[in-house]
Amino acid sequence: MYVAVKGGEKAIDNAHAWLAEERRGSTDVAELSIAQIREQLSLAVNRVMAEGSLYDPDLAALAIKQARGDLIEAIFLIRAYRTTLPRFGYSNPVETGEMTCDRRISATFKDAPGGQVLGPTFDYTHRLLDFKLAAEGEVPAAPKAQPREETTPHITEFLKGEDIIQDEPACDATPGDLTREPMEFPAGRPLRLQSLTRGDEGFVLGMAYSTQRGYARNHAFVGELRIGKVAVEMDIPELGFAIDIGEVELTECETVNQFKGSKTEPPQFTRGYGLVFGQSERKSIAMALVDRALRWEELGEDNLGAPAQDEEFVLSHADNIQATGFLEHIKLPHYVDFQSELELVRKLRREAEKRITPREAAE
Amino acid sequence: MSAQTQFSGGFDNAPIDAAHAFRAAMTVMARPGEIRLISGAQPPAPLSVAAGTLLLTLCDPETRVHLAGDLDTGTVRQWLTFHTGAPISEAPEADFAVGSWQELGPLSQYRSGTPEYPDRSTTLIVECDDLQQAGAELTGPGIKDTARLSLPNVPALRANAALYPLGCDFFFTSGDRLAALPRSTQIRVEG
Amino acid sequence: MADHQNIANTARRDWMGLLARAPDDALMELWGAVGTPPGFDWLRSPEVGGVMVRGRTGGTGAPFNLGEMTVTRCSLVLKDGTVGHGYVQGRSKRKAEAAALIDALMQTDAAEDIRDRVITPLSQQMQEAKTARAAKAAATKVEFFTLVRGED
Repeated sequence: MYVAVKGGEKAIDNAHAWLAEERRGSTDVAELSIAQIREQLSLAVNRVMAEGSLYDPDLAALAIKQARGDLIEAIFLIRAYRTTLPRFGYSNPVETGEMTCDRRISATFKDAPGGQVLGPTFDYTHRLLDFKLAAEGEVPAAPKAQPREETTPHITEFLKGEDIIQDEPACDATPGDLTREPMEFPAGRPLRLQSLTRGDEGFVLGMAYSTQRGYARNHAFVGELRIGKVAVEMDIPELGFAIDIGEVELTECETVNQFKGSKTEPPQFTRGYGLVFGQSERKSIAMALVDRALRWEELGEDNLGAPAQDEEFVLSHADNIQATGFLEHIKLPHYVDFQSELELVRKLRREAEKRITPREAAE
Repeated sequence: MSAQTQFSGGFDNAPIDAAHAFRAAMTVMARPGEIRLISGAQPPAPLSVAAGTLLLTLCDPETRVHLAGDLDTGTVRQWLTFHTGAPISEAPEADFAVGSWQELGPLSQYRSGTPEYPDRSTTLIVECDDLQQAGAELTGPGIKDTARLSLPNVPALRANAALYPLGCDFFFTSGDRLAALPRSTQIRVEG
Repeated sequence: MADHQNIANTARRDWMGLLARAPDDALMELWGAVGTPPGFDWLRSPEVGGVMVRGRTGGTGAPFNLGEMTVTRCSLVLKDGTVGHGYVQGRSKRKAEAAALIDALMQTDAAEDIRDRVITPLSQQMQEAKTARAAKAAATKVEFFTLVRGED
């Protein structure tokens, strides 16, 4: 039986009108501006840019406002918007070694050239609620010191000399792009990194944590974590040379992992890599751990059957827009499907009752 | 009169001009034998207005374009690259190929798609001296009874149709006139 | 000749990059103060699009696609035939138009004037902002004091 129904337009219109009113909240309270969200909720803006896979702080702030602070809904809005943009091209790979670092730390090398620069971190705060923030007030200016002029080299560069860390030789292979071609497995490292950097922070964090708890353990240290701005350069055909087309803030994490060697590789340190739009420290460390776990085959390690080693499992479930789309669709009308389920269960139930009743009568 | 440069000759109003041209391209492909007029681009010689307008409408940085024979000039390359960003390629890699029938060469060098992805084939834009609703008799999807179109080489196009669902698709351009022949069209009688 | 061209390209790359990265407000304020812009015709009217930003595995290895950024571009020609291209970060068509006009004027006799009134002050403002951030970062650099050495 198939029953086509229509209706609900008026209810939907009214629901949207109420949504707009609820989004605004009490009109006794001043309305949030996009600039306020961009400046004062910048880490939420960063997350929306990273997982929405579009670097544009004003758009991310608008999406957060429209989504009433539901970040996955905001990411959904950004993903929808980015599909409307004509693709001008691909940038040259960003030079993270040239980054102007706001923060740069290493858990492994105390005396790294360039130093341990903490930046605006939560790390050493006491995680006690600061009730001063509940009242408005002036913020004292942050202290200044003599700024570093030169760029800060990557820490892994210093290990390379000794040949005890796995190298990342440069190459110019054109990477696959999952926004253009559907993902196929095995995906390979460039596509894995693209998928992880736009993956759900919670999911990638959970996967990374599982490797620390022993599911495909690969003891990781943060060799280096840096946050700052890098220029983005693109070749412009009509000019015949490359120009900077802007500047993005990035968080980069390189893990250094203990590695006793395998059938194919000598004992050395191996590396996991995380690179994420904005100041997104947790995400980039998690990305690096999951990247390292997924490299088991390339490094000749055993497949321990851990979830974080399973490329298909990790990449197919990392995207929160795919996930929430499929998850949330089950709340939309499924009247016809359910009607047939109902008929089936009723029929089975009648048959089961027939089988049971005669026996009861016999007893 | 504005100053002319190697970058002149694009759409004045890209969204509107491209939408009109796309509508025409879709119509002629859906109704083989129909001829529509398209304009908007002022491409460098020897590209026709119709072929230039079609290229600006259909090409972007992800479509490889093959310029056949006399069309492959520095000026045409620069114009196409500036307005579409499309990479120039050899015939076997092309998504679009443009040129006269003779210069486009044998059809076998173009991609005809794969059984899984028949769409991964080349669309040829054939520059013609003339384009008329006369000549070869066409039947098939999008044609009510029969249609006629002046085709450059019936045996080769028939062989292409025999590859269906694989094969190439064709646009024919002459001045500002545009027609098309998809691989699904049967060519019954030579004109 | 070739060297001459390279030097010209390097200079142009620098001002175009500066205009691309410039904060909208700062650029528009300086450009607005220059006066009536010259007449021009569009070669490509301003359009907003995306550029896929790439990174490298491990910072130095194989390229991968990181995510897109918004970019607005346009191209125009002045009455004397000078072509200007604007590529700017973000979605401001006004900023792209200003960048393309400045790019064109920088190739004409007006270059000295535009450099003094737009390029140089813009570059200084951006450098100051960058230095101010670097100074705050420097103040958070850890100075270690050795308390005990284990092997002694």
